[in-house]
Amino acid sequence: MTQTHTSANSAADPVEKIPTGVPGLDHIADGGLPKNRVTLVSGASGSAKTVLAGQFLAAGIEEYDEAGVFVTFEEPSDDLRKNLTSFGWPVERWEREGKWAFVDAGPEIGAETSFAGSYDLGALLARIEHAVRKIGASRVSLDSMGLLFSQLQDSATVRFEIFRIAAALKEFPVSAILTAERTDDDGDLSRYGVEEFVSDNVVVLRNTLEEKMRRRTIEILKFRGTSHKKGEFPFSILPRRGIEIIPLSAIELTQRSSDKRIPTGVDGLDALCGGGFYRDSIVLVSGATGNGKTLMVTEFMAGGADNGERCLLFAFEESREQLFRNAIGWDVDFEKMERDGRFKVVCAYPEVMGLEDHLLKMKDTLDEFKPHRVAVDSLSALERISTVRGFREFVIGLTSFIKSREVAGLFTSTTPSLMGGTSITESHISTITDSIILLRYVELFGEVRRGLTVLKMRGSFHEKSIHEFAIDGTGMHIGDPFRNVTGILAGVPQNISQDEIERIEKMFDTGGLS
Amino acid sequence: MSSNNRGLGGRQVLTLFVTGKTQRSSMAIENLKRLCETEFAGDVELQVVDVLENPQLAEDEKILATPTVVKRLPPPLRKVIGDLSDLEKVLLGLDLRTKPQE
Repeated sequence: MTQTHTSANSAADPVEKIPTGVPGLDHIADGGLPKNRVTLVSGASGSAKTVLAGQFLAAGIEEYDEAGVFVTFEEPSDDLRKNLTSFGWPVERWEREGKWAFVDAGPEIGAETSFAGSYDLGALLARIEHAVRKIGASRVSLDSMGLLFSQLQDSATVRFEIFRIAAALKEFPVSAILTAERTDDDGDLSRYGVEEFVSDNVVVLRNTLEEKMRRRTIEILKFRGTSHKKGEFPFSILPRRGIEIIPLSAIELTQRSSDKRIPTGVDGLDALCGGGFYRDSIVLVSGATGNGKTLMVTEFMAGGADNGERCLLFAFEESREQLFRNAIGWDVDFEKMERDGRFKVVCAYPEVMGLEDHLLKMKDTLDEFKPHRVAVDSLSALERISTVRGFREFVIGLTSFIKSREVAGLFTSTTPSLMGGTSITESHISTITDSIILLRYVELFGEVRRGLTVLKMRGSFHEKSIHEFAIDGTGMHIGDPFRNVTGILAGVPQNISQDEIERIEKMFDTGGLS
Repeated sequence: MSSNNRGLGGRQVLTLFVTGKTQRSSMAIENLKRLCETEFAGDVELQVVDVLENPQLAEDEKILATPTVVKRLPPPLRKVIGDLSDLEKVLLGLDLRTKPQE
């Protein structure tokens, strides 16, 4: 992560950047914030401006050993120190070590101030410069300078002095974040309309309510003379870590493709897939409720463990006990797999946190357990806690992360109707996944039977016909194709007479349609 | 605790913060000195701090603007910001006792 800032286009790029160290930010900023410039961070109340301002300094110390000065106009430094420490940043220790300094420019409690004649902000500037020199800071955060307007009467003076301080910061030189409060998410960038003029670079933080769900995003509005990624990116605030941005555009289609196959774990399915799944592919299993999706996940996990692989399961529908009991019913011993260190299950209700938090937690678990296979059961359970857009971003984020680790993934998706149709999950991720397997109920002669077909398998031969499968005490068994039925995928299976089949076969006479 | 403490024996200390030797700085110094002589007959201790030379003092006193005059003694703490050209406002803002007229 520390190396990404020497981006490829730096030679043609006259504006040098400093990597902030804030997870994800350097990616969407094409390397970091412009060096020795002032970047405006604008957002409404509660949009995490202060956290970002603090993290800019904290990450500078932790990742790059660059000292930082925090100029606070709002919260007293004592409160701020406490709040920032809750993100795991030992501010007090850093202050002792001369890596962090506060300049407390907030209103002094108990001091009555009056005005008599003209003035400037020479003292504030001198204090900032003093702090910067004292600890050799190369980063400064000012949060939020606009509050000077409410502290000092003469707005013309404050306006002029903000310009002067911004100019001085560039001269020190330091890279600075200047936060500004805006009244709402779509209005002016700052309440007093000043800050945006002192800064060539603008970052906007939002905390919006979309379909009754909170969603935090960050957007780089402009960087003068240098590039950045465009659009809004979701981010999350984690208790011991601070802000983490989910860089969707980090998803590059450059992942290596493996031609190594792994067993699917399901009896008879390997043959249908042309010899098993690819080792780094994402498989989507879609089907109606009770159609064998969780069984397929169980077999996929067991097949991995048998193959000497480590398998990770994220379960959003069933508890650990349910899963283990079901698995026993199919002759799979999750407990033993777990003891052997080959299996880990993480159960969570989708509602316990936001989708961004789920994603970050899943990433952590993946990095910790380092599995060869991962399954998510079901992806559609997560659909209900998010907006359509948020869900799509989640799926892209998860898929790319799994792929970058060269892990085989199997996601399940529940279709809303028993006999067919698609869910939102599918329409969003079918293009992202490498393979799609459909599980369908097939009604024949008043009997419900189960059918499976490999709809898509990127880069491989696969069987095109729809096979019947059976479930018994040893799991899932793929049987023969339905020869004389049509309309299964459409949800309206119809029997075709043997004569008709022969007639159609003669009509094409290709002898194998694949 | 006696009523004497409230009398003229209590120290009155003013600190004036300025930035460099600008016209505004010298104006504030002059204004304040004149005020001390005319209104208090020298019964006030006056310190002048140049924040460029002594930024730490400005930090300790949490001074933002210059010129600022601070009165710590006697309490309550008072600050007056500006070149102090309006003498009436300075007196009012600092809440200082003037010498009795008799």
